[in-house]
Amino acid sequence: MARPMIQVIDLHKSFGENHVLRGVNLEVDEGTTTVILGGSGSGKSVLMKHVIGLLRPDRGSVVVEGEPIEELDERELQRVRAKFGMVFQAAALFDSMTVGENVGFPLREHTKLSEAEVRERVRQKLEVVGLRGVEAKFPAELSGGMRKRVGLARALALDPKIVLYDEPTTGLDPITTDYVDDMILEAKRQLGVTSVVISHDIGSAFHVADRIAVLNDGLIAAEGPPDEVRQSRHPFVQRFLSLWFGRA
Amino acid sequence: MSTGGREEAPSAGQAATQEAVEAVESVGRSAIQLVEDVGGIALMGLQTAVWLFRPPYRLKNLVAQLDYIGVGSIFVVGITGLFTGMVFAVQTYHAFSLFDAQGLVGATVALSLSRELAPVFAGLMVTARVGSAIATELGSMRVSEQIDALATMAVDPLQYLVVPRVVACVAMMPVLTMLFDTVGIMGAYLVAVFGMGVDAATFLGRIRTWVDPEDILGGLIKAAVFGLLISLIACYKGYNAKGGAKGVGTATNEAVVMGSVTVLVVDYFLSLLLASFWSTHAARGPG
Ligand SMILES: Nc1ncnc2c1ncn2[C@@H]1O[C@H](COP(=O)(O)OP(=O)(O)OP(=O)(O)O)[C@@H](O)[C@H]1O
Ligand SMILES: [Mg+2]
Repeated sequence: MARPMIQVIDLHKSFGENHVLRGVNLEVDEGTTTVILGGSGSGKSVLMKHVIGLLRPDRGSVVVEGEPIEELDERELQRVRAKFGMVFQAAALFDSMTVGENVGFPLREHTKLSEAEVRERVRQKLEVVGLRGVEAKFPAELSGGMRKRVGLARALALDPKIVLYDEPTTGLDPITTDYVDDMILEAKRQLGVTSVVISHDIGSAFHVADRIAVLNDGLIAAEGPPDEVRQSRHPFVQRFLSLWFGRA
Repeated sequence: MSTGGREEAPSAGQAATQEAVEAVESVGRSAIQLVEDVGGIALMGLQTAVWLFRPPYRLKNLVAQLDYIGVGSIFVVGITGLFTGMVFAVQTYHAFSLFDAQGLVGATVALSLSRELAPVFAGLMVTARVGSAIATELGSMRVSEQIDALATMAVDPLQYLVVPRVVACVAMMPVLTMLFDTVGIMGAYLVAVFGMGVDAATFLGRIRTWVDPEDILGGLIKAAVFGLLISLIACYKGYNAKGGAKGVGTATNEAVVMGSVTVLVVDYFLSLLLASFWSTHAARGPG
């Protein structure tokens, strides 16, 4: 199919004096995994929030399956959002609900599954992220890494077409990180899920990515398949990657 | 500076001018902020009204809020009502005994309570207890991105969080006000009849003569309006909280201050409005 799943076109966003995004262009094809790399505070999270319509662009456009989402009203936006699952950087679990209620929330909102089916689905989704028997706990009782995995399970509960991961593995141990990477790959292979992943872990980025985009100074400094990006002559990209791969 | 020309060391006069300019600027900023807030709260009120009639209806959330706002406030509103009625009875008894009109204590207390004190005091207590809690809860949900998370799950946060709180507050404020009325008059009865020796039949008889249904109804209308404003202000402040824990603190603080002031200011205008309404629409009894 020619049309990309997500198109970001000349996206600008400022917060007061802080001009964060200065004309970002990005295309994400259906069934691919795009990893966004970039320094802390470079606007990766801000970019991701535009993709799902949590922030409105000052200028430019975000097109999801042909629909420019900044032109949609709240209700149409909800319809588009139903295609997405999003993992927040800080998990953003509902702290007044138990883990089970958190993961079950999208199921209870958007499906007609019975209570028993919801419970079963919740158990499965938690097991996928390596958590067992934590349904009755509250988010405050979990470790940071566990919270992150619950956030992951919640984002995947409805088997969305597009999953946005804001640093899904930051703060996880290497084994769990590897596990989450496999999860992203499996979701693509088995369900054809389109993923956008923000990561600080260059190793896992090159492991899961079909394409990599490096965000710097409010612009995409390099974009393409991992091998191509690795060869990029852009000074920031070279410096950024050399810290991982060593100076060639 | 307008003097152009030479640079001068700032004189005392200039310093005073500077201070005055800053004071005016700060008043100006507050005024702009107020206009912005009023606009934002009105808009949130409109959106709430629209979402109120759109499915899915969040009955579970509504019941939880009715319980929290209504049932949870019974104790504090009851205590406030009891002591307001009691202290008011003591004061009016002493004042009225100067011209030997102690029998009017009950009617005076009942009139003041039902028209003014019950809705206003219940409003202030609900602002302190419920308004602060709403602003804090929504504020921390905002800064920890839980509100964003709701939105990404294709659930409208306004409908999920704001509508049940506003509806529950509008529904419960009149109930709490009735409670305040009842308990307050009971308190006055205790003090006047058992403490001061006012005749029970006179106490109740005067209430019946002097207090009209309009007085009570007017108080309940006020209460519902206060409930609407208190909850909208608290939701607005929490929903738009910025920053971390400090931002949540600011939101709560502003919600309580703005809510309390609003209750007192709006009470005055509602009193005028209701008085003119009753005087054109009903033939009043004595009072
Ligand atoms: N809601 C907001 N209001 C004001 N400024 C914001 C807001 N969100 C982000 N910013 C600013 O935008 C810039 C980019 O933030 P963003 O969270 O996107 O960084 P990031 O690339 O995700 O960094 P990290 O890797 O540390 O998560 C920062 O300077 C931040 O202060
Ligand atoms: Mg981020």
